[in-house]
Amino acid sequence: MKSVTHYLKRLFLLELFKGMGVTGRYLFARKITIQYPEEKTPLSPRFRGHHALRRYPNGEERCIACKLCEAVCPALAITIEASPREDGTRRTTRYEIDMVKCIFCGFCEESCPVDSIVETNVFEYHGEQRGDLLMTKERLLAMGDKMEPQIANDRASDAKYR
Amino acid sequence: MPDIRNYTLNFGPQHPAAHGVLRLILELDGEVVQRADPHIGLLHRGTEKLAETKPFNQSVPYMDRLDYVSMMCNEHAYVLAVEKLLGIEPPLRAQYIRVMFDEITRILNHLLWIAGHGLDVGAMTMFLYAFREREDLVDCYEAVSGARMHAAYYRPGGVYRDLPDRMPQYQSETSPRHTPEEVKRLNANRQGSLLDFLEDFTQRFPKYVDEYETLLTDNRIWKQRLVGIGVVSPERALQLGFTGPMIRGSGIAWDLRKKQPYEVYDKLDFDIPVGTMGDSYDRYLVRMEEMRQSNRIIKQCVDWLRANPGPVMVSDHKIAPPPREEMKHDMEAMIHHFKLFSEGYCAPEGEAYAAVEHPKGEFGIYLVSDGANKPYRMKIRAPGFPHLAAMDEMGKGHMLADVVAIIGSMDVVFGEIDR
Repeated sequence: MKSVTHYLKRLFLLELFKGMGVTGRYLFARKITIQYPEEKTPLSPRFRGHHALRRYPNGEERCIACKLCEAVCPALAITIEASPREDGTRRTTRYEIDMVKCIFCGFCEESCPVDSIVETNVFEYHGEQRGDLLMTKERLLAMGDKMEPQIANDRASDAKYR
Repeated sequence: MPDIRNYTLNFGPQHPAAHGVLRLILELDGEVVQRADPHIGLLHRGTEKLAETKPFNQSVPYMDRLDYVSMMCNEHAYVLAVEKLLGIEPPLRAQYIRVMFDEITRILNHLLWIAGHGLDVGAMTMFLYAFREREDLVDCYEAVSGARMHAAYYRPGGVYRDLPDRMPQYQSETSPRHTPEEVKRLNANRQGSLLDFLEDFTQRFPKYVDEYETLLTDNRIWKQRLVGIGVVSPERALQLGFTGPMIRGSGIAWDLRKKQPYEVYDKLDFDIPVGTMGDSYDRYLVRMEEMRQSNRIIKQCVDWLRANPGPVMVSDHKIAPPPREEMKHDMEAMIHHFKLFSEGYCAPEGEAYAAVEHPKGEFGIYLVSDGANKPYRMKIRAPGFPHLAAMDEMGKGHMLADVVAIIGSMDVVFGEIDR
């Protein structure tokens, strides 16, 4: 008896029609597609994207050239040179992140004692020549100035976990 | 009469059905495989050597990149090895979080495997469905760690941050294609915390696995392609050093989660599926059942984590950094912070081997320390390596098209094999 039902099931392509039923249901189901460039998927406040250097509210750059991020970077992507500025404070003269080397682990942000280097939620960037992905201090500061409200917001919402 | 010679075929490294950068030299007699010779090393990045030059903590992100389909499981083996070396134990909550994310990773891995395997064998739809579920799980990855794939979330001594109590949501103002009501519907399961989101997922997921099985398990084409292909007997599976679903498909119930329970697996309730025939179809069935069992484990972890808040990192600031607020106004915490991120910590002289039940098998990290702040030597035991080494034995006598099914059922990922 069992082999007869099995034979009939095979003969009438039962399992194929069952499979077609699943795909057919999804053909008419509500779509879950997100139209990417116009719409975005959710991003958590912990997202690790493009780097930025932040400033204090009075416009002074936060980075004090402690070089902790340079030391902790597993990919050795960060290069820092430092010297005293005219007013005697210690500042970086060169702060570069090579985005080609960077592995976006977020250790630089974790290590920064003054919350200067951060990873923003910007993930759409590109370079057209090799130098475009070498983020200099000016570019990182400009990114920080542009994204500051978002950066501050994300850090505040995640502060209790850090 | 001219000589009849076997035809030698170069399968890969750019072949779409050769996973990643597998290069297979196939010796064919007509369409029958006489010899299959896998060539590896095209994705070698020297992770083992790299780890010797870095303080212990800094190698964690490189572990993600070994088997880039099951990221957190790789990290898990590494942090377990470092913890064994240091003789520390993470807080219980961290252990539950790790186990939960290990099982999420297992589902992620098996979903990608069924997607790729289906595509290889000719079931295109599986790819789309599997990626739909993966999307929810990588969102969980991102919510806790900030990265969808390379999480760097586990740390020696615990996990980096506690689970967030808010899930990120779709933004309605940036949706020209969706009405606010539709966005609200997309956000329906994202109203609560990460644990609420995961609980919702665990309730939906068995239904999805049923759908996959409806599409594949009885399907005649699927069975014709997999049943009796790449048979490995239990004895040979042991001799070849198989682990994970490969050995369980051959009928040996070997699972490190049961045999050498690490973290909190001994407190959780789950079953180990085994196959009977040892062919590709059995390995498929084993992996499908493993997804259901992982789902069960996730559910149990979610319940426990809800009821038991607590620390997720050891409080020893020689190993784990102090909280940021404390670091900013306390001198000692500041010193700990600087010391930890510049020099790291020194592990006592000795050696440690820690293995986890990775989605692909036994993934182990062997660390030798000479008392410095970096390992003297690190050896990675990648489960895919012995599996790929059996390619010749499994493929011999099969047709060329079956080689694709065998590679698919081995679930090879070159990040770990070449490391």
